Amino acid sequence: MSYEAWIILIGSMAGITCGITGCFLILRKLSMLADAISHTVLLGIVLAFLISQSMNGIYMLIGAAVVGLLTVVFVQLLHSSGVQEDASIGVVFTFLFAIGVILITLYAGDVHLDVDHALMGEIAFVPWDTVQIGFLPELPKAFLMLSAVLLIVLVIIFLFYKELKITSFDPAMAAAIGIPVLFIHYLLMGMVSLTTVASFDSVGAILVVAMLIAPGASAYLLTDKMSVMLILSGVFGVAAAIIGYYAAMLFNVSISGSMAAVNGILFALVFFFSPTKGYLFKKFALKKVKYGSEQ
Amino acid sequence: MMNPVVVKGLTVAYQEKPVLKDINFEVPEGKLIGIIGPNGAGKSTLIKAILGLIPKAAGQIQIYNKPYRAKDRVVGYVPQRGSVDWDFPTNALDVVLMGRYGHVGWFKRPGKKDEAFALECLRKVGMADFADRQISQLSGGQQQRVFLARALAQEAKVYFMDEPFVGVDAATERAIIDLLNELKEQGKTVLVVHHDLQTVKEYFDHVLLLNVEAIASGPTESTFTMENLHQTYGGKLAFLEKGQMIAEQK
Ligand SMILES: Nc1ncnc2c1ncn2[C@@H]1O[C@H](COP(=O)(O)OP(=O)(O)OP(=O)(O)O)[C@@H](O)[C@H]1O
Ligand SMILES: [Mg+2]
Repeated sequence: MSYEAWIILIGSMAGITCGITGCFLILRKLSMLADAISHTVLLGIVLAFLISQSMNGIYMLIGAAVVGLLTVVFVQLLHSSGVQEDASIGVVFTFLFAIGVILITLYAGDVHLDVDHALMGEIAFVPWDTVQIGFLPELPKAFLMLSAVLLIVLVIIFLFYKELKITSFDPAMAAAIGIPVLFIHYLLMGMVSLTTVASFDSVGAILVVAMLIAPGASAYLLTDKMSVMLILSGVFGVAAAIIGYYAAMLFNVSISGSMAAVNGILFALVFFFSPTKGYLFKKFALKKVKYGSEQ
Repeated sequence: MMNPVVVKGLTVAYQEKPVLKDINFEVPEGKLIGIIGPNGAGKSTLIKAILGLIPKAAGQIQIYNKPYRAKDRVVGYVPQRGSVDWDFPTNALDVVLMGRYGHVGWFKRPGKKDEAFALECLRKVGMADFADRQISQLSGGQQQRVFLARALAQEAKVYFMDEPFVGVDAATERAIIDLLNELKEQGKTVLVVHHDLQTVKEYFDHVLLLNVEAIASGPTESTFTMENLHQTYGGKLAFLEKGQMIAEQK
């Protein structure tokens, strides 16, 4: 496969995985948590490196997923003992992230694990970072990792669709009919952590946030059905990857940055032009009403 | 006869100070029961504690002689309307279908039968025409009816409803109370948090007067008295005078 095709494929897979996972964060008004997790996983990656003394993707994935979950657990603990939700997120986020940064500068300063790379990862190099596993041909690591996570995410959503839906909409009712709300919450957050980590390596932590939130936010403005929202968010994720790639070629800029920017632009377009919930449409409808009543 | 709800020595605290203190009451089967008390009396808290949504500091709760277990599916719940996000991307029928989730089981989706039943429940509350309507595009009263339909879809034996009459017009209130009476005739027990003292005697067979402690509980005739109201609402004078009028009127 050509270099170009790999970049677009990997970007699209990150887009789909992040997009559909992000939908649930948006529906639960937890967008900020995406921001937090995408930073605190840094600590998990550093710890995994320090403990295993290797750059093996699997250790990093586990380390990051564990710290991602811990972030959620800490936020939940603070919140349930009376701290406001956004404040809890802010405190846990900065604290764990700071520990990660300190550990990096103390112990891992001389390896490839630098903060810049972790935060601003660049998809441009991903196709060359390959491994060969079993009978498979030599494939980019990012592709394998994202395939695995995308599969996990799809299976979880398929199996727990109604539980994810009702715990997002009405957690009290869900608990009253015996659905383990907290379990589903942590399942979702585990999903978010995995998604973040897998995408992290190819596009960088900060850009993961764009991929997690923008596609879902766009999709939310276009539909009244959760299932459609999930599908649309995947479509937006892929569209941003493809358009972002060619835009980067055209303007000769960072591919990851370009993909993230296109996510933002797509959202802006939807925000203004959505036929039902768009800004312009609402203005227009208002005008029509005014005009109508003047007659 | 077995009482469907028995609460013994229930104490609940969010912080140090208990919001419910040593609550004891029982409700008989097949009756409409009003839960009455001022704002902050702990009415919603009582329901949530019974459903196991918040932990209790002390006491016992029995539903049909057993500790409440959600999977027994004997309890239906209508939360206060403000407790959910009505902008959630879903329609009325879908919300009612959620009432079936407890019956469906893990890894399965509600099927055609569940859907038909959900539609039937919507019809019962006069909302069949709105099945496909996005829930944010429903009026407050219509949203309340959707919640009610969802509770019907649960096919429970005991229902807890938190302020189902808030923000609905007189016609809707009438329709809801007719529906509750229908449930009662089917032998179901319905506990309703209610604020309008004027209609208590008309609507409910039993009442529970609540203000942190259980002030009184029993048949409306003998329990909904001026003296008990006085104790429940304490120094709130305006209320008292109104209560006096009502108590004497009936
Ligand atoms: N999550 C919470 N954390 C701390 N305190 C709470 C919480 N929820 C309720 N309370 C307090 O518990 C008390 C009882 O609240 P509850 O909601 O049960 O009252 P209520 O009788 O339902 O009132 P209303 O008529 O206004 O609905 C109030 O003093 C309230 O401030
Ligand atoms: Mg209440």
